[in-house]
Amino acid sequence: MKDHSEHGEHNGAHQDDFVGKYIFSVDHKVIGLQYLFTSMFFLLFGFTLVLLMRWQLAYPGTRIPLIGSLLPLSLAPGGVMLPSFYNSLGAMHGTIMVFLGIVPLGVGAFGNYVLPLQIGAPDMAFPRMNMMSYWSYLPGGCLMLLSFFLPGGAAQSGWTSYPPLSVINPGQTTWLIAMVFLITSSLLGSINFIVTTLNMRAQGMTLWRMPVFVWAQFVTAILLLLAFPPLEAASILQLMDRVAGTSFYIPANLVVGGKLLDHTGGGQPLLWQHLFWFLAHPEVYVLILPAMGIVAEIIANNTRKPLFGYKEIVGAMIFLGGMSFVVWAHHMFLSGMTPALSNFFLVTTMIISVPSVALLTCLVFSLHGGSIRFTVPMLFALAFLPMFGIGGLTGLPLGMPVTDIYLHDTYYVIGHFHYVVVTGTIIALMGGTYFWFPKWFGRRMSEGWGKFHFWTTLLCMNGVFMPMFIMGMAGASRRLYDPTAQLHNLTTQPMNVVSTISAILLMTAQIPFLVNFFYSIFHGEKCDSNPWHVTTLDWACPSPPPHGNFAKPPRVYRGPYEYSLPGAKADWIPQDVKEAA
Amino acid sequence: MNGASGNYGMGLPIQASDAAPHIDLGLRVIHFAMFAIFILWSIFFVYLLLKYRKRAGVAAQREHMGLFWSLLPDAIVLGFEILLIFFYAIPGWTRFKMDAPKPEDSTQIEIVAQQFNWNIRYPGPDGKFGRTDPKLIDFANPLGIDPTDPASKDDYVSVNQLHLPVGKPVLIRLSSMDVIHSFFIPEFRVKQDAVPGMRVPVWFTPTREGQYEITCAQLCGVGHAIMRGDVSVHTPEDFQKWLAEASAPPAEARAAAPIEQW
Repeated sequence: MKDHSEHGEHNGAHQDDFVGKYIFSVDHKVIGLQYLFTSMFFLLFGFTLVLLMRWQLAYPGTRIPLIGSLLPLSLAPGGVMLPSFYNSLGAMHGTIMVFLGIVPLGVGAFGNYVLPLQIGAPDMAFPRMNMMSYWSYLPGGCLMLLSFFLPGGAAQSGWTSYPPLSVINPGQTTWLIAMVFLITSSLLGSINFIVTTLNMRAQGMTLWRMPVFVWAQFVTAILLLLAFPPLEAASILQLMDRVAGTSFYIPANLVVGGKLLDHTGGGQPLLWQHLFWFLAHPEVYVLILPAMGIVAEIIANNTRKPLFGYKEIVGAMIFLGGMSFVVWAHHMFLSGMTPALSNFFLVTTMIISVPSVALLTCLVFSLHGGSIRFTVPMLFALAFLPMFGIGGLTGLPLGMPVTDIYLHDTYYVIGHFHYVVVTGTIIALMGGTYFWFPKWFGRRMSEGWGKFHFWTTLLCMNGVFMPMFIMGMAGASRRLYDPTAQLHNLTTQPMNVVSTISAILLMTAQIPFLVNFFYSIFHGEKCDSNPWHVTTLDWACPSPPPHGNFAKPPRVYRGPYEYSLPGAKADWIPQDVKEAA
Repeated sequence: MNGASGNYGMGLPIQASDAAPHIDLGLRVIHFAMFAIFILWSIFFVYLLLKYRKRAGVAAQREHMGLFWSLLPDAIVLGFEILLIFFYAIPGWTRFKMDAPKPEDSTQIEIVAQQFNWNIRYPGPDGKFGRTDPKLIDFANPLGIDPTDPASKDDYVSVNQLHLPVGKPVLIRLSSMDVIHSFFIPEFRVKQDAVPGMRVPVWFTPTREGQYEITCAQLCGVGHAIMRGDVSVHTPEDFQKWLAEASAPPAEARAAAPIEQW
């Protein structure tokens, strides 16, 4: 409590100061909203980048409509994009969506805002470190954006940045420096989340009384803390290969364009892949676990009953987190690593499907016996279940080395991970936005427009990604600037058109959401502090919560999902209420 | 029109190697199971949504379904995966990636990828690949073959044109001289990354004469989309005839290791 009072005084002095309150704020709620708006911007920006790519894929070599004429000669002369620009778009789309969009939204925004409230804490354990995390993320993000305008342009070696290509390609230096900022931001945030969860819980908030969302954020923070340092080190090594002439990833006698490279050699390109995927596979769970936490909260609230198997869900999340560190090389079955190793990673990959299926089963079984309210957040949470199911099932032929021989690096892979991350995670994050909007702003978003946004988004997302499975099964390769330059893509080229049109419609479908969101911040229907009748502590304080969150430190008497207790007057009993009324 | 263009449709391409039937079997079984699981699951999901939708006067029940039912999906998925691992995945992987055929029983070929070509070298009648030196690489000698090595005299290099005899194992030693590429022939269901500094063996047996396509499956730079090649599978007699004709150019051109242009 000592920390809290000091920090309260400190901020009290700055309450009226705009910069202290909204810019360099140490309040977890303001930082959460900063993350929210910044990551929403990056998600839209990353989406715009992929629309340009999708145009090129559907109509290769034609002028990009609307913005084609605005692009500089070095990127798209005459409005037709160059291959180097296409590769930049691909690399930057992946990087921005993962590192600047979804993780900051799922962890930075939702985690920062909701986690301290749900455990009954006045703030994060280290408020200044929290501020530093955001202010390390923002420069990293700005540098990524800026890289389009720097000499050499943006990175163009894929978000995976495999050397030697990434060492000889232009643009990569900026990418690596920006990544160091972003990784630092995540590390600062993850330590804060772990300490906050362990040390800042309200009286009576035992570990087994924490909402599933808190558990999800806690496991996610541990994954970030353990998985990111190897990539930070690996990125610095790659930076040295580029700027200091070292050869960590460069083998001897590399001949590029007929010229022998200066590097002395002795390095190993596969080293990067191991270090990269050692981060990037846990990263998948960093993307999906907060989404599952959000879905679990929304389902418990809208079925008006406890979750099925609360402890199984938590156990599966911990198991999933642990296992995610020993499956990384299933991205590398065909990389040239010892084939015997593939059998080990085949087995671990199949094992990791067990907790994933268990999580999905628990969430579906939670519906049984409920009294389901089809609110807008609930629609998104329900859609998450089958869509994530498709993402998970299509991982099966990719996780099997034999079938992966054919499907690896085809559109099938793109379809698979977008089903997990877009129709899975992003759908859940949208649901979470509708769910916690009244908490953030004390007002509600329009239900009607929310439902319109839901159905159009769900339909268009499937229109974008379902054709990719058909293309992948026919063998269509990914990352091609012009798919029609290769025979094996020609028959499935119409699928690219379907996907592109759906993507344009998907962007259009976000306009009602954005209008609804920003309009409702100022003019939405005002609501009381707990409009959804939720049991968890985040709804036991005013909306939006004042500085310090709770008027007096809350005391927790019961588990997180005390809905529909027999004999109780209301169908929900908040965690901080002692006796059932 | 290229002969390979008829090999593709909306489903899997035609099967032209020994790997193709095995891989397709797995793809079909797994996808059939995926559809079955998803459809059964969806029926249950929609049933729950309809049955337990909010109705006036009906409160939610706190009781849950039994533990047995929650373990059932996991048991089904796990059982299916264990069967796949032991009876399909590990045997297949061993056959296509671990048990290489003997070099003397195979058509030996070296493929060195570069931005954005496939350099394909045949060892000639002596069955030996001549020494190479990166310092000797130039336009006419893309692999830097050392002409002073006797084993290199009968080596034959073609760019982007792979010719193979049908019915005999092909053993390729795959490498790259600049960045990582990936050697992919969709009709053969063969794929392997080509990594600079490594020499990775790739093998398969073509089972069907015809024209096929080599494509690069790993992002390798601005020309990634145009990095492709053609595969021609001949009868053994036609293959020998082609090899003899192709590798017997005028004596003076031979020292410079001739290139077949595409």
